[in-house]
Amino acid sequence: MKFTGTKNYVATEELQLAVNAAITLQRPLLIKGEPGTGKTLLAEEVAAALDMPLITWHVKSTTKAQQGLYEYDAVSRLRDSQLGTDKVHDISNYIVPGKLWEAFTSEKQAVLLIDEVDKADIEFPNDLLLELDRMEFYVYETQETIKASQRPLVIITSNNEKELPDAFLRRCFFHYIRFPDRETMQQIVDVHFPNVQQELVEKALAVFYDLRDIAGLKKKPSTSELVDWIKLLMSDELARDQLLSKDASSSVPPLSGALVKNEQDAGLLERLAFMMRRQNS
Amino acid sequence: MLIDFFEEVRAAGVPATPRELLDLIRGLQADLAFAEIDDFYLLARTCLVKDEKYYDRFDLAFSSYFKGIGSLDELLEKVIPDEWLRQTFEKFLSEEDRKKIKSLGSLEKLMEEFKKRLEEQKERHAGGSKWIGTGGTSPFGHGGYHPEGIRVGGESKNRSAAKVWEKREFRNFDDSLSLGNRNIQVALKRLRQFARTGAAEELDLDSTIKATARNAGYLDLKMVREKHNSVKVLLLLDVGGSMDDHIEMVEELFTACRTEFKHLEHYYFHNCLYESVWKDNNRRFNERIPTMDLIHKYGPDYKVIFVGDASMSPYEIAVAGGSVEHFNQEPGQVWLKRVTNNWKKTVWLNPVPEKYWGYTQSISMINQLMEKRMYPLTIEGLDAAMKELVK
Repeated sequence: MKFTGTKNYVATEELQLAVNAAITLQRPLLIKGEPGTGKTLLAEEVAAALDMPLITWHVKSTTKAQQGLYEYDAVSRLRDSQLGTDKVHDISNYIVPGKLWEAFTSEKQAVLLIDEVDKADIEFPNDLLLELDRMEFYVYETQETIKASQRPLVIITSNNEKELPDAFLRRCFFHYIRFPDRETMQQIVDVHFPNVQQELVEKALAVFYDLRDIAGLKKKPSTSELVDWIKLLMSDELARDQLLSKDASSSVPPLSGALVKNEQDAGLLERLAFMMRRQNS
Repeated sequence: MLIDFFEEVRAAGVPATPRELLDLIRGLQADLAFAEIDDFYLLARTCLVKDEKYYDRFDLAFSSYFKGIGSLDELLEKVIPDEWLRQTFEKFLSEEDRKKIKSLGSLEKLMEEFKKRLEEQKERHAGGSKWIGTGGTSPFGHGGYHPEGIRVGGESKNRSAAKVWEKREFRNFDDSLSLGNRNIQVALKRLRQFARTGAAEELDLDSTIKATARNAGYLDLKMVREKHNSVKVLLLLDVGGSMDDHIEMVEELFTACRTEFKHLEHYYFHNCLYESVWKDNNRRFNERIPTMDLIHKYGPDYKVIFVGDASMSPYEIAVAGGSVEHFNQEPGQVWLKRVTNNWKKTVWLNPVPEKYWGYTQSISMINQLMEKRMYPLTIEGLDAAMKELVK
């Protein structure tokens, strides 16, 4: 079982090796990288490529580790007891399995994506150490142990908003998705737009990388923004002509709203364009 | 077998543990990187390095450890007689390779192939590439990572000549700061005051059960408001001048505070607190806020944290008109007194190491003014400061 990227997803050799190491040695794989470099997408594509079901656990600031294991729905049990339903006698009717449980008991080996683990409380990863290590946990209410029949492939993404505890890191493999270089980016664009004008892509990539080089941008545009932008350019003939005909450096790139996502950055672009025009004239 | 390499990586400051070394060895056993230094590099990095800020250190350790292996192929040609090489070769061949050799015809042919590849390598990159040497041609004592690893037959991936670990692309990420962000957060965690605010959304199980029982078994749901950290923090930061040396440390602290506290206000001052402060360093001369306004605006329940090196001329604290930037009507110490009088919970965090405090007069003066509540900007100091604030 080896992951080599898919027809929709360009995986660098580095990334392939990391994924394959995680598959072979059955360790969770922690993926970091700039937003928009395809961290979450990776799990989806791995699942698709290896034909494994994907189970996604989106982590929020209020998520507790316990929710990933199971939850005991005491309230509905109480309610049922009022109505005198029969199922109230069996507590297991009120145990709601979480995503980890689902992944552990999945018939086929599953890919478990723990998305944006850094959003949760600082202690969250620590609470999952044993579960991810042994791939088992204990349900107190029913006194049973849930053990993974096939260890799921765990992919964890982080946006680096919080640092993760050491003990957790030691148990994972780690890969940092670097921002793709031009060559890789060309491949990515080709994958998404197989029949786009080559000239347009070249120009767009040039503008895109220039934009990323501007010092002082609050949020640099990333891959997903580039893809959106090219999509827009393709649907808007006027903008496309503008990009192709004009000297890109002396004006704000057309439809730049797709690339730059906040006021300050947009303002910065306009000021730069203004300065360029003044220099040129 | 990789102990030396592991030591080297640790010596370079990458916090790798034996557990991770075992992982790496397991990975090699599973043939994830077979006699291919690029793959080995990636695998080792995946296993040993858990934060991109250590990539650079790892690259350094890697290149220093494997330096010289690249030139092995030349040595191989010069030093070792064919005969001898062949013997070592046979010794190192695995079952699989032997089969392959059979399919290739003879060892003779294989040797030719091998030599040809050596030739090819040298033509392509001056000085030889590393891949062929990596096979743990251990007769030379280079401690190759895979003793049986001369890759005979099979495909070699001829990659671009630039070696990733020598490019050191992650130079910027290394922070080497004494305070890790997580450590700061853990220390700041002490400063928590839980209070229930906002809408009642959480089920209060205990009182629900009580109320239900009182209600003759009929369900009576009781909700409570969720717990939040309601601590309020006023951060006063010294900027410019001698603080430039400590910028990174202060930035980290600031970031950690930002994520930890919901009610966080921050203002800047220079060297010592005077009659006005500012919020934005670009507009520090136009948009100043009177310190008196701060005292009126933020109630005594705020915790005040000063961050500054407190290193200045004593006149800047003690004398009216002593400020380096403007003429101050009242000396800085009057303002500091006002602050400590208004907010009972006030601490001063100083990025200057504690052992130097005695050598700067102004530091002891401010420490005096703060009633000995000055703490060094280290984890222990931060911890102690937070304890002081929640007392």
